[in-house]
Amino acid sequence: MDKREKDIEKLKDYKYGFSTDIENIRAPKGLNEDVIKFISNIKKEPKWMLDFRLKAFERFKQLKEPNWQKPKYPKIDYQDLYYYSAPKSMNDKPKSLDELDPKLLETYKKLGIPLQEQARLNGIAVDAVFDSVSVATTFKDELTKQGIIFCSMSEAIQKHPDLVKKYLGTVIPTTDHFFATLNSAVFTDGSFVYIPEGIKCPMELSTYFRINASETGQFERTLIIADKGSYVSYLEGCTAPMRDENQLHAANVELIALDDAEIKYSTVQNWYPGDENGKGGIYNFVTKRGLCKGKNSKISWTQVETGSAITWKYPSCILKGDNSIGEFYSIAITNNHQKADTGTKMIHLGKNTKSKIVSKGISAGFSDMTYRGLVDINSKAKNSSNYTQCDSLLMGNKCGAHTVPYIKNKNLDSNIAHEATTSKISEEQLHYCQQRGLNPEEAVGLIVNGFCKEVLQQLPMEFAVEAQKLVGISLEGSVG
Amino acid sequence: MLKINNLSVNIEDKSILKDFSLNINPGEVHAIMGPNGSGKSTLSNILSGKKGYEISGEVLFENNNLFELETEERAHKGIFLAFQYPLEIPGVNTNIFLKTSLNAIRKAKGEKELDAIEFLKLVKEKARELKFDEEKLNRQLNVGFSGGEKKKNEILQMSMLSPKLSILDETDSGLDIDALKVVSDGVNTLRGKDNSFLIITHYQRLLDYIKPDFVHVLMNGKIIKSGGPELALELEKKGYENFN
Repeated sequence: MDKREKDIEKLKDYKYGFSTDIENIRAPKGLNEDVIKFISNIKKEPKWMLDFRLKAFERFKQLKEPNWQKPKYPKIDYQDLYYYSAPKSMNDKPKSLDELDPKLLETYKKLGIPLQEQARLNGIAVDAVFDSVSVATTFKDELTKQGIIFCSMSEAIQKHPDLVKKYLGTVIPTTDHFFATLNSAVFTDGSFVYIPEGIKCPMELSTYFRINASETGQFERTLIIADKGSYVSYLEGCTAPMRDENQLHAANVELIALDDAEIKYSTVQNWYPGDENGKGGIYNFVTKRGLCKGKNSKISWTQVETGSAITWKYPSCILKGDNSIGEFYSIAITNNHQKADTGTKMIHLGKNTKSKIVSKGISAGFSDMTYRGLVDINSKAKNSSNYTQCDSLLMGNKCGAHTVPYIKNKNLDSNIAHEATTSKISEEQLHYCQQRGLNPEEAVGLIVNGFCKEVLQQLPMEFAVEAQKLVGISLEGSVG
Repeated sequence: MLKINNLSVNIEDKSILKDFSLNINPGEVHAIMGPNGSGKSTLSNILSGKKGYEISGEVLFENNNLFELETEERAHKGIFLAFQYPLEIPGVNTNIFLKTSLNAIRKAKGEKELDAIEFLKLVKEKARELKFDEEKLNRQLNVGFSGGEKKKNEILQMSMLSPKLSILDETDSGLDIDALKVVSDGVNTLRGKDNSFLIITHYQRLLDYIKPDFVHVLMNGKIIKSGGPELALELEKKGYENFN
């Protein structure tokens, strides 16, 4: 195969693998106080925000990188990364989508994310984050009428400082752990959502994250607050160009649900997974945590993790309010040399709190998958319950699947159930599907989608279809 | 339509079919009867494309060398196997499976794929004809189905796909008389000048409902006798052991 053919072959595998040639403004390489001040300064942040960052950075200097996870990776040189990269044209803030750099619009069009007016047809409000900055938020006016705030984190810091100050870092403190603390020091942009009391957000809110620049880490920060009796469904999608080096993505996502509020957070993660030999790909080391602060509140995480060279994340719920509910639905797929160590933590603090965990792991090729989950029931969490179901599906005999459940129970009233299965797609099932006219890849796609059904059903319609296709594509080449 | 010439099959040095030959013309119904272990199911596995056998000889389907076609390509060309033990696929809705299968075959044949509405109309019509419980169409494929329901589901799929050659691998085993009737109705409705059948069975009973054109007796991997429907009755009377 000549080089061009190879490139085409590559593109077929990961269709988001293109990069956009855009002039960037970057912070100087490396991590130090000056870089943090540079970021804060370029974003014209108030002093309290800079102090927040510097405090985190002080803490970061004392922290050690954790290494208890199953997937190991070569040492990251934190001084050899860019912590801020933004398209130059964003510097003089475009006031509307019409003023956006056409190249950016083109990029999002290629990704299938319409930012322009046709977005209306889809009825999904989108916030798009390109490298370190948020480039566009759609449907803002409609949402504003109901008092809903949906904007970039940078804008929220400027326009809604009281809300940001009150909630930022309350679920993931600046002192939390290595990657979360790093994020607190250098986070660049992300989405901010506030749903006022009693409001049911009338549309799906969505953010698309795109890493474009090379040698750049992406550290976005998302904060969602659902005030009393409100409801919001939020979707997150991610893609990145194909590069030979590994790129770090260390986001923090904080969710806060007050009394009787509900937040549904869905992720379809399709970062570049590296090539079939395991070269390149994103390190996805993300901290996601939700606080059910008020009584009768509910937070539900749904994730479809198909990309990244290494996925290392545990979207968690702290069930503080009485009668609050936490849910975690996950599909994680690893192929070729991908590795994932993912799961959830359910911390039961309030009375009558309930949690449910449904995890579906699929490993193919030479990949390795670990489900790691914690159910922690506090002594005051009277009458609380957890149900966990972990299913693993293996394809071929060179991949691995591991289940590591941790259960801490300090309460005799509580009820904890854990079920786990490991299975393989049988030759007979494949033969049966093929006899009915499906080729091996269609057959695997169908069987795997059946295996994941419980989780796919949790996704909003628009995403479910996309996710279903993605599940098939991710496993291409894994049969035979 | 189907020409099997001197087919020999081994699995791990064990000889299963020996020098087996059979010719099925369009519109013909052939029944193969034989005791356990005579090689009946191996024959249906080989024809459908299951891997893991050492094969010599030749099988032609409409002048295509069958051994050069993948399992799904054989299905696209019109070969259907009603499985002796239909597979369960958890989480996959029966309707979705039927639609995916039908459209995969239509697409391969260059026909227009059916949309959801066209498909539902067709599947309901076929289900009614075969007295197949429509509620089952919304359940996971074969999960929690009784043995009889699974077999009826195979016949439903057969009538949806209208294959040129249908192979029924002991579809009658374990069926009550009503289910047997459904299976034979399915076959008799599809039967025509272009549709052929290869019916593999232990018992003569099914042949009361489906009148075969030819009956072959298979023993130890070889056809030892061929004849008309009367051969099945003779076999029923004498038993396999005394047949020689």
